[in-house]
Amino acid sequence: MKTGSAAWQRLLPFLSLAALFIFLSVASPNFLTPTNLAAVIRQTATINVMALGMTLVIVSGGIDLSVGAILAFAGTMGAMAMASGLPVPGGIAVGLLCGLFWGLFNGVLTTSLKIPPFIVTLGTLGIVRGVTLIISGGLPVVGLPREFESLAEGSLAGIPSVLFVLGVCAVLTHVVLHSTKLGRYTYAIGSNKEAAVYAGISVARYTIAVYAISGMLTGLAGMIEASRLMTGQPTAGQGYELQVIAAVVIGGGSLTGGEGSVIGTLIGALIMGLLSNGSDLLGVNPYLQQAFIGAIIILAVAVDEARKRRFRQ
Amino acid sequence: MLLDLQGIEKHFGGITALENGVLQVEAGEIHTLVGENGAGKSTLMKIVAGMLRRDGGAMRWQGRPVDFTRPAEAHQAGISMVHQESLLAPHLSVTANIFLGCEAAKGPLFDHRRMETDARRLINEHGFPLDPASNVYELSPAQKQLVEICRALHGASRLLIFDEPTSSLSDAEAAEVFHIAQDLKDRGMGIIYITHRLAELRAIADRITILRDGRTVHSGPIAALSTDQIVHHMVGRKISAIYERESLKPGAERLRVDLPGICFTLHAGEIVGIAGLMGAGRTELCQTIFGVTPATHGSILVDRSRVSINSPQDAVRAGIALITEDRQQTGLTLSMPIRANVTLAHLDGVTRNGCVSRAEERAVAERFGERLSIRAASVEQPAGSLSGGNQQKVVIAKWLFRDAKVLLFDEPTRGIDVAAKAEVFGLMDQLARDGAAILMVSSELPELLQIADRILVMRGGAVVTELPRSTTQQEIMQHAAVDA
Repeated sequence: MKTGSAAWQRLLPFLSLAALFIFLSVASPNFLTPTNLAAVIRQTATINVMALGMTLVIVSGGIDLSVGAILAFAGTMGAMAMASGLPVPGGIAVGLLCGLFWGLFNGVLTTSLKIPPFIVTLGTLGIVRGVTLIISGGLPVVGLPREFESLAEGSLAGIPSVLFVLGVCAVLTHVVLHSTKLGRYTYAIGSNKEAAVYAGISVARYTIAVYAISGMLTGLAGMIEASRLMTGQPTAGQGYELQVIAAVVIGGGSLTGGEGSVIGTLIGALIMGLLSNGSDLLGVNPYLQQAFIGAIIILAVAVDEARKRRFRQ
Repeated sequence: MLLDLQGIEKHFGGITALENGVLQVEAGEIHTLVGENGAGKSTLMKIVAGMLRRDGGAMRWQGRPVDFTRPAEAHQAGISMVHQESLLAPHLSVTANIFLGCEAAKGPLFDHRRMETDARRLINEHGFPLDPASNVYELSPAQKQLVEICRALHGASRLLIFDEPTSSLSDAEAAEVFHIAQDLKDRGMGIIYITHRLAELRAIADRITILRDGRTVHSGPIAALSTDQIVHHMVGRKISAIYERESLKPGAERLRVDLPGICFTLHAGEIVGIAGLMGAGRTELCQTIFGVTPATHGSILVDRSRVSINSPQDAVRAGIALITEDRQQTGLTLSMPIRANVTLAHLDGVTRNGCVSRAEERAVAERFGERLSIRAASVEQPAGSLSGGNQQKVVIAKWLFRDAKVLLFDEPTRGIDVAAKAEVFGLMDQLARDGAAILMVSSELPELLQIADRILVMRGGAVVTELPRSTTQQEIMQHAAVDA
């Protein structure tokens, strides 16, 4: 009985997702249509890709508040590069490199200055947003090549191409977290940093790597966002960091580190995406929607904590 | 009779922690409670102190049946506990910790001056090396223990429970704790004293109660029992409390440390002990050799070639391992499985084409589990669920898998029971036979004398002398004590 209910609780995020899916299919005739599902995938792709990187950061015991600003920086720079004649793959590479740069910046700062990542990335958030606005003059970057649209809006065999991008990133992140040294050290650092140091692990180097990967994924998300809007928006991504952190936390990630998984995060992100889509379809007041998602975050974490407490006993 | 426990039971889920806990404590006696890890000592004491509720049995306090639901109730009744693990607020001062939960107030505000004065008086009365104004996180484990003792003494208690108060203390400080216990006993308090150090029992205790597998197996005057009889009751089988180690002929030089005030060598097959009082720099020496606090002057040679050690990574690469004194904080990742802890220092050993092979990890962990007889249901069990002795074996397994040749053991037997101690010593001996060089820091002189080939005595951050194995505790203490 006891173990049965523990297993049931572990499955709870997944079951909630399934229940939500079934409920929406029944409640709204417009939900289970290819157009709507494709729209959900396109709308949530940005947050999902960022959440993959955030999973690594949170498992390592860190946090990154600057991802929304990095997304805007990368999207704007990538767009400017393409607007000035760089071909699409080059533009995307610029976006990725911009994300990588700020990820490294966060990682190096937090490890070398020994400042908590909450503070470092709070500062980076301001710096990056400011720099983006200065470089762009606060104006959206337009005049992007038409082909660029296919990154976020294109389809392959009727399936949104961005789903493939997300799929590849998710599989890679899962493999890194589950089966590589980097992943194991990420869990070890998040669970007990001191023990990791005493095991001879270069904690600083692996921490920097984690922020760099998160930054790069955020850069990719920035390009997806730019492709969706077909502009480089210097004000894009405001408040995304909270949605991204919420997705990881709903999926079982612990802000004290050492816990979290790619599958959990994807479920968390999907729950949030479906809630928002479903509310739109059902005509729920958008203000209420926000409050509702807030309540879901608290509920999800409360249930997860109860499960862990039981497990510990 | 102060406290009378009969047939106490406690279950956690399907696990029985206590089946028949019996204990009677009189006012004005020191009653020791011994048993292997997991025998139920701590559970029994937590029930007395109101931290856990019993599932069965009777508890009488000063003749009246009681059932404490919260620690505060037990405290009000006059029962305090000095905890084994530090339950202090690290960012508050010593004074604030002593008064935590019962602060002195002047109207709606704290009376800081009075608390400070009271704390200072308490500390001075017992001659503790503590500054009431310093923050707890700055203190050593031993000093934290003293703060815990102050906290317990501060309440007006009739019964004081010491849960392994001396496990992190040097002999001189342990003697001070005995002195405190004696003093409190003379004032008519009842003392329950849990310890793993059998040698210290006789010096202070009046009576002894022995627990095994959740049951009280013996209770009576301590004078009537020999140490071997106590051990026999504890483990339920015959085991010698004294570990005899035969010295080996030292092999090639493995480690040469040449730091200001500290100069020694370590050879293959050798176990060298380091003795000294708290604060003599023993742990600091280990941390310097291991690169946690790198040396600014001097040199360290491994296998006769100079190595520059600026971080633990450098040390590990050079084949040095540190088994730290605080396994829970720095030795293990308690939430991760045994498997992942064993491979943590040498993941490359189980990585194929960039991927960590769980199957291979499991095989490695199982192999070491068998070799070191780690008692666990499975290698997937979290390291935190093991007993102290088995946790220590996991730490050792981690370094064996890394193939470390120079092993620094800092208080390797701290908080582990007699049987596990013998096993750890057996392992150290085996490692030495296999060609490792071992440095062992210990506050337990009898253990050093049993196992070390020679003993370096530290005082004030320097090695003051080297003594042969045939030395005595008295001789070591003469060199270690400041006034000698």
